[in-house]
Amino acid sequence: MQPKTIIDKIWERHIVHKEIGKPDLLYIDLHLVHEVTSPQAFEGLRMNQRKIRRPDLTFATMDHNVPTVHQNVIKDEIARKQMDVLEENCREFGIALAGIQHPDQGIVHVIGPELGLTQPGKTIVCGDSHTSTHGAFGALAFGIGTSEVEHVLATQTLWQKRPKTLQVKVNGKLGLGVTAKDLILAIIAKYGVDVGTGSVIEYTGEAIRDMSMEERMTVCNMSIEAGARAGLISPDEKTFAYLKGRKHAPQSDAFEEKIEEWRALATDEGAEYDRTIEIDASEVEPQVTWGTNPSMCASVNSQVPILENIKEKSERQAVKQALAYMDLQPGMPIKDISVQHVFIGSCTNSRMSDLRAAAEVIKGRKVHPGVRALIVPGSRTVKNEAEKEGLDKIFIEAGFEWREPGCSMCLAMNDDIVPPGERCASTSNRNFEGRQGNGSRTHLVSPAMAAAAAIAGKFVDVRQLETAKV
Amino acid sequence: MEPLREYEGIVYPLNRVNVDTDQIIPKQFLKRIERQGFGQFLFYHWRFDDQGELRENFLLNNEQYRDASILVAGQNFGCGSSREHAPWALLDYGFRVIIAPSFADIFYNNCFKNGVLPIKLKEEEVDQLLENAKQPYYKLTVNLEKQTVYDNHSFQAYFDIDSYPKEMLMNGRDEIAMTLTLDDKITAYEQKKQALI
Repeated sequence: MQPKTIIDKIWERHIVHKEIGKPDLLYIDLHLVHEVTSPQAFEGLRMNQRKIRRPDLTFATMDHNVPTVHQNVIKDEIARKQMDVLEENCREFGIALAGIQHPDQGIVHVIGPELGLTQPGKTIVCGDSHTSTHGAFGALAFGIGTSEVEHVLATQTLWQKRPKTLQVKVNGKLGLGVTAKDLILAIIAKYGVDVGTGSVIEYTGEAIRDMSMEERMTVCNMSIEAGARAGLISPDEKTFAYLKGRKHAPQSDAFEEKIEEWRALATDEGAEYDRTIEIDASEVEPQVTWGTNPSMCASVNSQVPILENIKEKSERQAVKQALAYMDLQPGMPIKDISVQHVFIGSCTNSRMSDLRAAAEVIKGRKVHPGVRALIVPGSRTVKNEAEKEGLDKIFIEAGFEWREPGCSMCLAMNDDIVPPGERCASTSNRNFEGRQGNGSRTHLVSPAMAAAAAIAGKFVDVRQLETAKV
Repeated sequence: MEPLREYEGIVYPLNRVNVDTDQIIPKQFLKRIERQGFGQFLFYHWRFDDQGELRENFLLNNEQYRDASILVAGQNFGCGSSREHAPWALLDYGFRVIIAPSFADIFYNNCFKNGVLPIKLKEEEVDQLLENAKQPYYKLTVNLEKQTVYDNHSFQAYFDIDSYPKEMLMNGRDEIAMTLTLDDKITAYEQKKQALI
């Protein structure tokens, strides 16, 4: 048999209907829903008197708008309305909802895996571009718009053009103190924010195999920042071990049977990709973004670019615009950039291993007096577990604010906003203009680097700090 | 969805690359539960200053571009968030056609669902249009059936588009209604899958 990639295997298993001149009609195994991109879809169904085909394959939570100080004190009336509407829609259409204060509530891309809803071989969609996160489990997971949300609710399918396959091969091992976040930022810096357009990425290579499931989620999460439709990793023993015993994963014997099926999904030896790009993990250093998209990124030990060194005119213009927005001088050392805010959270970096990495740096130290620092766990489960380990105390003693779970300052739809002109070292995924608040300036980093910046009040190479055991 | 076959409009040049959906419509406006009314928030922080006053140096605020309905921009337009509020805002403001050398995938798909036509042209062609549209009231005509874009002078370009979205847009089709006609196939797929478990 012709060797196949996992992307091809999943795709072919989900084709409901094929017709010349049309994209494939693809079956969707899991539809995750949140409050921001769904109200117009439910309204559309109602207007056309349409039903939801498979409420049992649909799961909803609230994350984008939720307050993180007291989750049930929602001052913003419009935000409250949006959350009330989701609750009403879920009740009316019979969809399971992990709403405010629910024990399973959290960022949609944190709770999917946590609850075992995310599984190898599934097609997973959500009205959110970071749905690619679930690809860490060997699922084909991608973000969709609200019209497609409505289409999936009504038909449990989507018309999808077959994507190209792009292998991102990560050779060698990451150095000590260099994380999955640094790696994905380095990949985007090297190949650009549109290298993946029209493609699904499969991450392969030694450094990827060495990663924990949470680290793999961080990598897959940012596939969209490389422009890819989705990003995934072939499942292995780590994937199965993570899923075993989770609430919505198959149980006991059924689980063992599933493992065989999942194992067979992995890309076959000798399978061909449309394209392959490579990076040497051992050369990656801790990264800090200096610009207004995730490819505008450099090692913490390097400098902000010098315009004259950029040959291409449109790129030079983009960098010039970015530096003006970020108020940075060309050629200045990254380590000279001071920050007023630190945000540790988001679907990229808000899981237990992220919080532990931050705590190891923070323990026994104090947040710099000029810095406001926030830690927002990705889910209620993460929050409870961190509190059980005593991480919350380490953070609070150091001067961090310990918050309730949600998307929070990643996109600042709630009250967690960076004021105009101020800088934030953030473990989130986008450094777009105004992303964390109108006029805010975002520098994307790993949790350990964010923690180090909180203490120093500026960027430092976290590898030069001693870390504590937590 | 309003069908689009042939379309003529005034061109607004947005000479920027990687315009993300956070710029097209900032997050503070995503809390509304309607599909309409997002046009007023389009490019909000580029159009308005911190006091909510129009920024005079942003070209779209210039009276001469007020009626523009064809937007021309740099590569990777619509990157970032999947928010369909982006095409809703563009359409509600009055843009029916977006021309760029490349688009982000989700945004590109979202446009078609709302009767907005994204057109990919070569980089040189886009550069030419960005230059031409410095002249206010510069007009282009788009013929979707023939897949051409042209002006009244010498500009003419051909664009590629898949037959499926083209046909959907030309006929203003309801995609869900069409998929529901395949209900038997979906049911058969579900039964087959169930049998395997």
